[in-house]
Amino acid sequence: MKPIPEDDARRRIAWRIAQEFNKTESPVFVNLGVGIPSMVADYITNDRVFLQTENGILGAGPAAPDEAADPMLINAGRIPITETPGCSYFDSCTSFGMIRGSHVDATVLGAFEVDEEGNVANWIIPNGKQLGVGGAMDLVVGARHVFIAMTHMTRKGEAKIVKSCKLPVTGFGEVDFIVTEFAVFHFKEGRLFLQEIAPEVTIEDLRGMTSGQFEVSGSLVTMAIPESAREI
Amino acid sequence: MGVKLSCEKQKPIDEAIRMIKPGSRVLIGGFGNAGDPKRLIDALCSSRIGGLVIMSNDLGSPNVGLGKLLTNGQVRGLIGTYYNWNPEVATAYNEGRIFVELVPQGTFAEAVRAAGVGIPAFYTPTGVGTEIAKGKETREFGGKQYLLQEALKADVALIKAYKSDKLGNLVYYKTARNFNPVMAMAADLVIAEVDEMVPCGALDPECIVTPHIFVDVVVQGGEEK
Repeated sequence: MKPIPEDDARRRIAWRIAQEFNKTESPVFVNLGVGIPSMVADYITNDRVFLQTENGILGAGPAAPDEAADPMLINAGRIPITETPGCSYFDSCTSFGMIRGSHVDATVLGAFEVDEEGNVANWIIPNGKQLGVGGAMDLVVGARHVFIAMTHMTRKGEAKIVKSCKLPVTGFGEVDFIVTEFAVFHFKEGRLFLQEIAPEVTIEDLRGMTSGQFEVSGSLVTMAIPESAREI
Repeated sequence: MGVKLSCEKQKPIDEAIRMIKPGSRVLIGGFGNAGDPKRLIDALCSSRIGGLVIMSNDLGSPNVGLGKLLTNGQVRGLIGTYYNWNPEVATAYNEGRIFVELVPQGTFAEAVRAAGVGIPAFYTPTGVGTEIAKGKETREFGGKQYLLQEALKADVALIKAYKSDKLGNLVYYKTARNFNPVMAMAADLVIAEVDEMVPCGALDPECIVTPHIFVDVVVQGGEEK
């Protein structure tokens, strides 16, 4: 099995998640976290997908080109972004009201670990250097569907889909989908199912890279990946 | 009756900052580098007023913006959501120089709002069972657990708006709005830094975000938005 360069892996994950939203026919409201999740915005092609960022905009567009960057128009990762027609601004209470009040259909977040019970750890690595929780806990309990976008393993080659989270948990049993460069997993009634598998790997390869238990879905398919260099 | 004259709301920045007492709990608007009252923060740093509890989303970057208050040693404690952009916070906390109360961002916003609208506490689903919940009361509603969060009231709020009219009605600019309108309701003394002052009637009443009842002092910053 040939390893996938990290940048390609990240683009593949973002692209795959974007396809999930692009197929919608009715309006869908999506919050994107920082890192790979924010890259999802670059692959959204359906104008029925409305991006919300928790610092106060609904209808966020892609990242702004340098010459058009406005430092007062940023996403939650502090990156200058653009408006789309029909966008709106609001305060932080309204923003988290949308989130906590279940008005946001989906959130896409990164993670350090997800375990086989759908618990996610993505707010802190207790190393004494970081102190921050941000909106992660609100998003995992509030959004109707939680998508985790992460590379399958750490840079050191450790599994991120684990038996039980060792890091401080952000939310319990809240994860619905995990998308990595090699697979799409879906939590159904508290059980983790492999739903899509990338062409480069076998189920056995995946078991070797995944320390949490998963079942293989009866409708397992090959994971869609971007077709051309142009698309990624 | 201490009815204020509208024209008294506008003050020079230094005079406004002198109204802040050492040891105050101070709400400060902004998210990242958008919507923080930069001139008020600079003046607060120069004032060397100390013992402050800063209640904000983040603390800027080391020695930049709000980060300067910490570098200067003016901070006694922090209540907020995200300090990963300023590693000096973790260092000061680990060395026991400051206390830090981490609050999930949505809970923080709502706790500030609660303080502003006369609600002492509320229950939220956010953070149940996590480290954030330690020491907090939980209660079940409809078969689900919720966490009790008390309102976060402050002595002073320093906020940033785009325009103010002569009465102190405020409008904001893009994602620089964030926590500012909420904080405007939650402190005994509310000081707004604005880019532009306009006459009464120049702002569309339908578009005013913060009605002037919440605003005590307006200082003019200029540029930005």
